[in-house]
Amino acid sequence: MRPVLIVLTVLAAALFAASLLTGPAGIGTVDGLRALILGGEGPMPIVMREIRLPRAILGLAVGAGLGLTGAAMQGYLRNPLAEPGLIGVSGMAALGAVIAIQTGLSATAALALPAAALLGAAIGVGLLVMLAGPRGGSITLILAGIAISALAGAGTALVLNLSPNPYAANEIVFWLMGSLADRSMLHLWLALPPMAVGAALIWTTGRALDALTLGEAAASAMGVSPSGLRWRLILGVALVVGPATAVAGAIGFVGLVVPHMLRPWVRARPGALLPASALGGAALLLAADIAVRLILPERDLKLGVLTALVGAPLFLHLIWKTRSGGRM
Amino acid sequence: MLTLRGLSVTRRNRPVLHGVNLSVRAGELVGLIGPNGAGKSTLMEAALGLVPCTGRSNLAAMPATDRARAAAYLPQSREIAWPVSVEDLIALGRIPWPGGGRSQADRVAIDAAIARMGLEPFRKRTALRLSGGEQNRALIARALAQETPLLIADEPIAGLDPAQQLACLRLFRSLAAEGHGLIVSIHDLGLAARFCTRLVLLADGKVLADGDASVVLADEMLRRAFGITARRFDTPDGPVFLPV
Repeated sequence: MRPVLIVLTVLAAALFAASLLTGPAGIGTVDGLRALILGGEGPMPIVMREIRLPRAILGLAVGAGLGLTGAAMQGYLRNPLAEPGLIGVSGMAALGAVIAIQTGLSATAALALPAAALLGAAIGVGLLVMLAGPRGGSITLILAGIAISALAGAGTALVLNLSPNPYAANEIVFWLMGSLADRSMLHLWLALPPMAVGAALIWTTGRALDALTLGEAAASAMGVSPSGLRWRLILGVALVVGPATAVAGAIGFVGLVVPHMLRPWVRARPGALLPASALGGAALLLAADIAVRLILPERDLKLGVLTALVGAPLFLHLIWKTRSGGRM
Repeated sequence: MLTLRGLSVTRRNRPVLHGVNLSVRAGELVGLIGPNGAGKSTLMEAALGLVPCTGRSNLAAMPATDRARAAAYLPQSREIAWPVSVEDLIALGRIPWPGGGRSQADRVAIDAAIARMGLEPFRKRTALRLSGGEQNRALIARALAQETPLLIADEPIAGLDPAQQLACLRLFRSLAAEGHGLIVSIHDLGLAARFCTRLVLLADGKVLADGDASVVLADEMLRRAFGITARRFDTPDGPVFLPV
């Protein structure tokens, strides 16, 4: 295993443990771990197993998913500005969730909101396949993704516009900011299986993404099937990003910044960037989720707000470094 | 090594290639010449099965991995998308092989390609920061690392200085002497005549002439293909063409 992967694994594992031990209940390290592993009576095992564990696992999975898909999108489009939201699936998932909140559907069952978001994501993928087709190139994919994102954004704005009362609008706005708070094991069971399938699909694209460094024609001549790669990539990204948005809301910048940050550490090879970026995304999101609980515990600071607040300056810094140092 | 029979390509209802017959045998350096838009690049892509075509190409008929072990392709674009090192760039040529760049055989092939192209001093340098000529050498080394009997190169000397052009064609010549087959599109008629073992003149998607330079570069052929007349000066090192 490469040193950078070892460092990132240790970092992600440490932040996972820290996430389990962070929260308003004030549970000590030893007590917390004992309650988590051994269970027992009282509120402590419930807090550890049903509140903090799902939150930490979701942080790990969503962060890893965003990092992985970001690296895959950048590799496929050969563009360091690409990110997983580009194909419009996360926008459509958000629209589905927003409609569920607006219609009151989300109040009827615990999983109504994520299920509606998944439906939105599925419609987004359908539209994408229709528009970008089996033959379209990467430019068609970007254009189709932008069109779908714009459509989803317009739909979300319309729902907000028509919301019956300020409370519904408030709820929608807060959901859109993204959060891992108060998610249950049910959310995990809904999101993790498709995300695992998507991640496995993307995992298989490493070599093809490496070959794409030389351009599409050279990659095809080296045995990469362009249509096969596009299908694996679209489906993989959609299966990761759709469920991730459905349970955690819109969390920006992780999929954009993490591959960018880690690229120099894997000698810029797109295939090697996939595992590194997955681990880095997990670490970043876990850290951000710990930070929202520590900075303003009583005000419910939203995760998506924090990742954008941290991510945007970081991104500016990277651009500045690229301009001055010539390193991408 | 390469056999094309009746190869035709149609794009947007417009024929780009029309019934091309062509073969490249081991030990041959075939120069593909013809005006811009004659279909040289399309011929190479169709031969590799990268664009839909009718007719027969022995390469296009192969499974993708077998084909990638039979023919290496240097496209015209010379794209390098990421700031990878020269060594990692060359290692990409091993993708069709089982080790994928990490086996002992891969290391041997990569080192041989680096040595052959004189890239040892640049091994750890970022390929994107090299000069155009050095980048071109790195990309050729990538194709060499693929260890294929056939090399298909689309305008490999375009944009190079005269010394780099000569070095590139000398390398191709020696590869052919070692038993490789090469097909190379080229615009410099003098260099084509001097280095290639055989020339194929393509115009409007059809093979106009195929054979020795004296036949293919005859006045009548140049007039029909390019619409020019060219003064021809024979020198001890080969002919020089001056379009007038």
